[in-house]
Amino acid sequence: MSIEGQAEMLQRERRANNTWRKLMRNKTAVIGLVIIVFMLILAIFAPLIATQDPNILSISQAFKGPGTAGHIFGTDEFGRDLFSRIVYGARISIFVAVGGTLTGSVIGLLLGLAAGYQGGIVDSVIMRIMDGMFAFPFILLSIILMTILGSGVFNVILAIGISNVPSFARIVRGQAHVVKNEEYCTAARVLGAGGVRILFRHILPNAISPTIVYFTLNVAGSIISEAALSFLGLGIMPPTASWGNILQGGRGALNTAPHIAAISGIFILITVLGFNLFGDGVRDVLDPKMKK
Amino acid sequence: MLKTILKRLVQLVPILFVVITLTFVLTRLIPGNPAAILMGPQASPDEIARMREELGLNKPMLEQFFDYLIGVLRGDFGRSVSYNRPVLNLILDRLPATLQITLSSMVLAVLIGVPIGIFSAVKQYSALDYIFMVLALVGVSMPIFWLGLMLVLVFSVKLGWFAVLGMGSLQNGFWDVIQHMVLPVVCLTTIPTATFARITRSSMLEVVNKESVKALRARGIREAAVIWRHALKNALPPLVTVVGMQLAGAFSGAILTETIFSWPGMGMLIYSAVFNRDYALIQGAVLFIAIVFVFVNLIVDLIYLMINPRVSYEGGEEIA
Repeated sequence: MSIEGQAEMLQRERRANNTWRKLMRNKTAVIGLVIIVFMLILAIFAPLIATQDPNILSISQAFKGPGTAGHIFGTDEFGRDLFSRIVYGARISIFVAVGGTLTGSVIGLLLGLAAGYQGGIVDSVIMRIMDGMFAFPFILLSIILMTILGSGVFNVILAIGISNVPSFARIVRGQAHVVKNEEYCTAARVLGAGGVRILFRHILPNAISPTIVYFTLNVAGSIISEAALSFLGLGIMPPTASWGNILQGGRGALNTAPHIAAISGIFILITVLGFNLFGDGVRDVLDPKMKK
Repeated sequence: MLKTILKRLVQLVPILFVVITLTFVLTRLIPGNPAAILMGPQASPDEIARMREELGLNKPMLEQFFDYLIGVLRGDFGRSVSYNRPVLNLILDRLPATLQITLSSMVLAVLIGVPIGIFSAVKQYSALDYIFMVLALVGVSMPIFWLGLMLVLVFSVKLGWFAVLGMGSLQNGFWDVIQHMVLPVVCLTTIPTATFARITRSSMLEVVNKESVKALRARGIREAAVIWRHALKNALPPLVTVVGMQLAGAFSGAILTETIFSWPGMGMLIYSAVFNRDYALIQGAVLFIAIVFVFVNLIVDLIYLMINPRVSYEGGEEIA
């Protein structure tokens, strides 16, 4: 590796460390991160953590309260172990939320870059479509997309992802629009850099901070969206456990076994809280101008 | 100002066109044969074919789209299959119920959230500020359908204080209406209240430490007047934007809240339309909500312009 290369790498490393250290000094971010890591561990090591097969039915064991021998969180309406279903549900809920946000951010990022950089008719067409999509309340748009796509994990991801596109496109487009007229972009152009190079080397890095901030906060929103869709019976279908459909199952047993709804909802709330805390922290660090 | 309003109205045309087009395309993409669903399971293929023709479903897509577009412009949103009534009548029937809870919760959110935000900003880093902001963070993270269930569990099932289902009616007295409203409104107001508290706090904090505000204090103006009259006015624009966003987003909340409390509003209407595959109703209701959203946005933008003279469409310069 050349000396310049090494120097550049060192510099980059320093910057990365710096942001990370700042993040670790931010109490909000740390609390958020702890919650996120805890939930991720549940999700990744679900088979090791779960005490039972989450799908084994045992009607005679139905509606057992928390603390019953062998069932810390009790059992659900089919006698399945609630703890194991919550643990496996973490997998689906977090996977869907992250997947949906990722889908939305990638499409939104590309559309936003294209609109902001190209300007003119491309900009108008893309952004008017985004405005139009924005006019549909989020849940409504996802409900319609789910009706079109049909249920299934990947369709939920796609539905949430598509509904997320306009917000990401707007954020990135705004940044790209401002940055493309900055002097260093003009300089790069004068030096003969092509459009793609300018887009990805000069404009994208400027758009990435707000995108990361919004990404984190959006995962929180998407966990709620998945839960809401499943709660309405349009998201993840049983027997696959997701926090939303466990909650939906608990709704029917609210009088006899309130722990099913209570516990699944608490997991949704705490996870969303975690991503929101972390997102607030990331914003403070990456975007000091917005620090409140 | 008038010029600005006109300009903004003209800008709405392409957005509304996109909204109508999207609604049309999305509804057409829903799998299933509307004619077959309309005729029921006993219908013969012949009858279904005749129905298709009657509904105009065998015309070319583009022609169907223009028929639809012209219908919408005339205020004809189509006819609901499951209710056998014009879609627009159904929507207008259900709209007041939804407005009743969404508007009440929004007013409540402003009345509670804004003072909390102001208090938190004025007493920054105090114990109460800390408690309020933790509560607000929990509030914005709340899955409201879960909150709804827990409210039902505690206040209806366990304590028996409030009714769970339906709207109540004025014939049973004012209290009956209030009793039915409390839980859905609490449910719907949680996220907006928390959001308003957070945004008020942060925009107030930006303002209270400005030189201009310090100057007011130096001139001996009472602290209360400084905060409520001068600082709040400057902190208002971001709040207005967020209020508008929450108001428009309240329809999302209404879909969830109404299904939990069997509140007979737009949310329930859409929910049932989706499950009955009532294409015209889905299409009409979605379009209606989107149009309302677009106009709410317009009004919010105009209010924003009025209270924030720094932004001007006439190309005026900042005079802050």
